[in-house]
Amino acid sequence: MLNSSLDNREKERRLFLSRMTASFIFIAILILALVGRLFYLQVVQNERHEARSQTNRLEVLPIPPIRGLIYDRYGELLARNEPSHTLSVVVERSGDLDALVQELGALVDLSEDQVSRFFDRVRGYRRPFEPIPLKVRLTEEEVARVSANRIFLEGVQVDAELIRQYPFGEEFAHALGFVGRINQEELRDLDVGAYAGTRFIGKEGVERQYEDALLGEPGFQRVETNARGRIIRVIEKQAPKPGSNLHLYLDQELQKMAYDLLGDQRGSIVAIEPETGGILAMVSNPGFDPNLYVSGFPTEIYNALRDSPDNPFLNRAIRGQYPAASTIKPFLGLAGVDQGFVTWDYTINDRGYYQLPTDDRIYNDWKRGGHGRVNLRKAVAESCDTYFYQLAYDMKLEAIHDIYDQFGFGKNTTADIYNPFTGINPSREWKQNRHGFSWYAGDTINLSIGQGYMLATPMQLAIATSVLANRGRWVTPRLLMHSNDESLLDSIPEPPPDVHLNNDSNWDRMHAAMQDVVQGARGTARASGLGATYEYAGKSGTAQVIRIERDENGDPIGDVPEQFRDHAWFMGFAPLENPQIAVAVLVENGGSGSGVAGPMTRSLFDFYLTRELEQ
Amino acid sequence: MNFTEYVRQLPQGSMDRRQSIWTRLHLDPYLFAALLAVAVGGMVVLYSATSGDLGAVYRQAIRFGIGFMAMIIVAQFDPRWFQQWGGTVYLVGVLLLVAVIVSGAQAMGAQRWLQIPGLFRFQPSELMKLAVPVMLSWYISRYGLPPRYRDLLVSAVLLFVPVALIIQQPDLGTSLLIASSGLFVIFLAGLSWKLIVSFATMAIAMIPVLWIWVMRDYQRQRVLTLFDPNVDPLGAGWNIIQSMTAIGSGGLTGKGYMLGTQSQLDFLPESHTDFIIAVLGEEFGFIGAVILIALYAVIILRGMLIAIRGRDNFCRLLAGSLTLTFFIYVFVNVGMVSGILPVVGVPLPLVSYGGTSIVTLLTGFGMLMSISTHQRN
Repeated sequence: MLNSSLDNREKERRLFLSRMTASFIFIAILILALVGRLFYLQVVQNERHEARSQTNRLEVLPIPPIRGLIYDRYGELLARNEPSHTLSVVVERSGDLDALVQELGALVDLSEDQVSRFFDRVRGYRRPFEPIPLKVRLTEEEVARVSANRIFLEGVQVDAELIRQYPFGEEFAHALGFVGRINQEELRDLDVGAYAGTRFIGKEGVERQYEDALLGEPGFQRVETNARGRIIRVIEKQAPKPGSNLHLYLDQELQKMAYDLLGDQRGSIVAIEPETGGILAMVSNPGFDPNLYVSGFPTEIYNALRDSPDNPFLNRAIRGQYPAASTIKPFLGLAGVDQGFVTWDYTINDRGYYQLPTDDRIYNDWKRGGHGRVNLRKAVAESCDTYFYQLAYDMKLEAIHDIYDQFGFGKNTTADIYNPFTGINPSREWKQNRHGFSWYAGDTINLSIGQGYMLATPMQLAIATSVLANRGRWVTPRLLMHSNDESLLDSIPEPPPDVHLNNDSNWDRMHAAMQDVVQGARGTARASGLGATYEYAGKSGTAQVIRIERDENGDPIGDVPEQFRDHAWFMGFAPLENPQIAVAVLVENGGSGSGVAGPMTRSLFDFYLTRELEQ
Repeated sequence: MNFTEYVRQLPQGSMDRRQSIWTRLHLDPYLFAALLAVAVGGMVVLYSATSGDLGAVYRQAIRFGIGFMAMIIVAQFDPRWFQQWGGTVYLVGVLLLVAVIVSGAQAMGAQRWLQIPGLFRFQPSELMKLAVPVMLSWYISRYGLPPRYRDLLVSAVLLFVPVALIIQQPDLGTSLLIASSGLFVIFLAGLSWKLIVSFATMAIAMIPVLWIWVMRDYQRQRVLTLFDPNVDPLGAGWNIIQSMTAIGSGGLTGKGYMLGTQSQLDFLPESHTDFIIAVLGEEFGFIGAVILIALYAVIILRGMLIAIRGRDNFCRLLAGSLTLTFFIYVFVNVGMVSGILPVVGVPLPLVSYGGTSIVTLLTGFGMLMSISTHQRN
């Protein structure tokens, strides 16, 4: 009994010992596994983890460059950078985003729009750890409130950054364009390195055209950060290179004048300095406040603008294409007389209509009953259609197309206008390709009064006027006057070849005919020329939108709905000798060119020339 | 009567003098020295892991003080006491676990502790870390080894009840440790290998069941991130990526005390609690980590020796289970921090910052010392 009990105990001890031995082996293997694992991590893979811990704590932060400033010709600041506090969230470092935004909403004024745009950006494509802006332009009070609650707001940051500001707002919206937040499409294409730290990009106009120069080059700082991204110390720093400043030919006061002249009428005014080709004013009306693009358009304002029948986003100066109407006549007349189709003394007897020799079709003059005996000078001054019908028929399409082309119609001749339309200077091939019909003689007749297939932008007409004022000498039309980046001027392209006449005196005589328009006894726009203290030249145009009933003076009979009213054109330059400014004015559905656009031109000249005299 | 039996039955006065001082104090000098070394070294690391928070180190030192006191006091009791009180403590513990679940349900959320009004917060699961091995060792050793099937079945139920209750809290780490302590008792008691293999096979077959019905989302996520931390590098994978980076970047000799960039710049989460060995690995390198593991190995080996020398089945089973469970602590913690095990909340024993686990562990070592110093009377 005792023996068996002892035996039993001995057995139990042996059993336990064997189990402990098994455990010992088990433990030994696992401890070796742990040591092996540590050896693998710390010795074998050491370099890799070392590198990883370095990239963990060391962060290369871009320092965005300061965007170049834009000045007008007299040094007036047209686009500047304004310090602004932006509230943004690093999504990767924040917790519950909905709760966070709600908390922030209690501290700063957040619109539904801002919140929904924020979440769009969060869901959209973005760089990891990039702060997503929730609100720009915090007030000082809001900055203080967020800062005070900072410790409770994980992942929230308030950064002071420079954002674009356009002090003249709507006046320069179309001329300067604007910057806006880099969108997903742009993000795909742009050089990520060059835009490191930069959230805005030029979208339109000068801002877009000179984007590369205005942007500058980002700097970098190598910093040590902790896990929450707070910078512990700066190890290395390379300053950014600010963008180039641009000095434009634009004249802020003239631009404002032009903008005010258009008032609430749809239209465009372009002014050019003939001597330099510099664009002095470029207005398209209505406009919009470009500052809204920077801070983010409130949806209802954006939608209202987008859906407005006045189409405020359309830059009419370079993308509005209209029949040039009678403003084309000086160019046609100049070619006709210089190439010997007519002389200055040659007259026709205008009975108010023209009939092609091959056709029964009647082409009416705007003036019922006609202008009587008409030479070229009178034909320009009184804008006699019949005279130019005849001339066009004699010249044929090719000669007309050629002279229009020499003055820059149907193509882009500007150096640094972003994305202009070219208008249409039709040819036989063009019509065949476009409409599938051959060219008819009647098409040529229409071309003589700038109707039919011909379309021009206000910019093109201003340029052509400037070349005319310059006696055919081309200077590349441009916005940029100079910049601290001199290479920018090197990229201004060569202008088209100068317009050469067989007899240079034809320039003066055409100028005189155009002076008659405004300062002659029977000029169409003589009313707008009254009392000018300087000599100047001009030409009106009234572009038909549709055929409407008119009286003997060409004025519409009865009430015409606005969208069917004629477009009013006026082009001109001043002073007659040594011209300093050439202008094209277009008022959409404005009615009579001489009555509506003529006085605007005169006001611009008065302002520009008298102010110049004061200086 | 062989030699060892003979030695055991010798009167204590005949033992050599130095040993008898320790024996009279009922302390095991080797175990005590190793525990003290880990505790002191751990507080040195803790000072760095808290970025020089002396207050935290001070609070940790107080816990150690309480823990060592508990150890010394418990060591004075004859193991018979544990045997006698084990069942009661076990029962009270289970009731308290139920109470936690009930009050947790009332508080609308997970809860691991009971608030004793005006006194302290108390985690019944800590109590069970000791009560379960004591209870099972006592139950199984009553009828001799190896256990009969009926006893195995009862043991399984005795183990299952508290483990299931703690999983509900939910506290995967603690339930894992308690389950191990019970299973070790059964294993050491001589559960036949045949049964072990078939249970293991069944357990593997149960994995899909656990995955689908038992595991919570966050637990599944932990397992998934183990296999590929990069699945969710900023979420669940962040901890493990950062801790591996911290350990790996330490290299052979480490970046130097208080100079670990991962830990000092807060990249390492939980750096003073569950992930503290990553701080050690980063700042003291492979050598530092191996020294700590070696100290643990000394503790474990000493514990196993005490178990083998245990005077009866109860002492042997209890000492063996406590020692092996301590190993599981070390293995699971180092394994999860170094990225070979999923992240379950198991602290690094005697090093991680935190109160109850230190006291519980040292109380367990007090039991070991009691077993070691109370031989036959």
